[in-house]
Amino acid sequence: MSPIFELRDVCFDYEHTPALRGLSLQVEPGESIALLGANGSGKSTLLRLLDALCFPSRGTVTFDGEVLGPRLFQRNGPSHAFRRRVGLVFQNPDVQLFNPTVLDEVAFGPLQLEWTREQVLGKVEEALELMRIAYLRDRPPYRLSGGEKKRVALASIVVLDPEVLLLDEPTSMLDPRSQSEIIDLIHQWKDSSKTVITATHQLEMVEDIATRVVVLEEGRVAASGVPAQILSDQDLLLRANLVHAHRHSHGALSHSHPHRHSHTSHEHEH
Amino acid sequence: MSGFLEATALNLTRAIGRALTSEEIARRRGLLQALDPRVRLLGVLALVIAVTLSRKPMVVATLLTLAIVLALLSRVSLATLAKRVWLVVFFFTATIALPALFVTPGRAVWRAPVGAVQITGAGLYTAALLVLRVETAVTFTTLLVLCTPWSHVLKALRSLGLPQELIAMLAMTHRYVFLLTETAGQMLESRRSRTVGALRGALQRQMVTRSAGVLMSKSFILSEEVYQAMLSRGFAGDVRLLPDFQMRRGDYAALAGVIVVGVAAVWWGR
Repeated sequence: MSPIFELRDVCFDYEHTPALRGLSLQVEPGESIALLGANGSGKSTLLRLLDALCFPSRGTVTFDGEVLGPRLFQRNGPSHAFRRRVGLVFQNPDVQLFNPTVLDEVAFGPLQLEWTREQVLGKVEEALELMRIAYLRDRPPYRLSGGEKKRVALASIVVLDPEVLLLDEPTSMLDPRSQSEIIDLIHQWKDSSKTVITATHQLEMVEDIATRVVVLEEGRVAASGVPAQILSDQDLLLRANLVHAHRHSHGALSHSHPHRHSHTSHEHEH
Repeated sequence: MSGFLEATALNLTRAIGRALTSEEIARRRGLLQALDPRVRLLGVLALVIAVTLSRKPMVVATLLTLAIVLALLSRVSLATLAKRVWLVVFFFTATIALPALFVTPGRAVWRAPVGAVQITGAGLYTAALLVLRVETAVTFTTLLVLCTPWSHVLKALRSLGLPQELIAMLAMTHRYVFLLTETAGQMLESRRSRTVGALRGALQRQMVTRSAGVLMSKSFILSEEVYQAMLSRGFAGDVRLLPDFQMRRGDYAALAGVIVVGVAAVWWGR
């Protein structure tokens, strides 16, 4: 099977500040990948390159065998076909909610892709029900909580039913219950034929949402493997700033060692 | 802490509060709320034109009475109108109309004990007509805005032939002005929480200028990201909106009624 995405020696700079430095990666159709990396490791930039919102300064990104470049997106046909197949959920939901109401927001993508009115309304209702936000239909975005905004942002992508879902920190800003609901949703996609690439630095969710973990470090792939293998490599996680060591106490015992936190507790052997 | 910063923060909070009140009014079950937004828009436009063309204070006063009746039937309190429209418009328009009292030629109705200053009957008539006209026109437009969600106003404008690019710009301006207002409010609060004692005027101005600069940079970054989010969902230059209005018999009857009232007012007020 040929990869759905193939990145070869990709470099990308933000006004002379390198974000990606010679990154190479292959993504197979139907894979669920967790992109792990500390802040500034290049996760969001990589997702934007995969969504063809920017293009590499060096190297190539191909989607289904076709090189992604500005020329491809000058024509409506290929552009629509790509946008129909690949959806990106941004880290900051305010960026993604630019319409006057939730209904308009979720309908925006289908309308741009020139679906019929009946198709648009049908799919919008399905997406609102799936994300359990039908009651927000006529609400303007500024009257939504952080969790509601995130759900609307997800619905606005889910409505297009894309083959590839790119999720940038999908559980950030969410309360624990909403986090767990979003993780359940990604877990369902993991078991479907969809390709799901989730950028996160929350190690607790990785095994639930991914079949492969790619660790980014300073704009390069530092490691790639199954979750159990990556999560057991403490040196790698420490080097990539994904775990940390600090002093803490257990009753009379006080010591320091590298570990990661779930929100309220952590476990380790003494 | 400085009065200027305090007042700015308070005004930002009030602006958001006013928008929330408007939405609450738009959701009430009232006469205007029950009409098709296009009828409301055309009706208000017809009445504002009638107010502008009427030359008799009695006709304009009758139209103001009509506006008050419409407000009561639409469950908009007179206190709201007085606070939002009548007082503000009176002071603003009266300031503009004030010179007309003294400079319009005509029979004097009051003379200053010394000097040549006098108020003429024609001046009084002109100033009163101007204030009455502006009060009435602004009352009608405020009723439209209070009884119609902003998204419906925009869609009504679009269905009446305004370019979709203009509608999209207005929609986004309205959407993001709240986000930026909120951000500005938080920036000011953060300043206040770290400021002890009174600040000199120059320092206050410097602070506000710097905050405005930061806010502007943030809005640039935001606009770039919003554009990317639009591209990601298939935007290719044409904004497509979901039309979801349907005219009923009552809407046609209301539109006809308003047009008759408008024409009668113009004829009577010649």
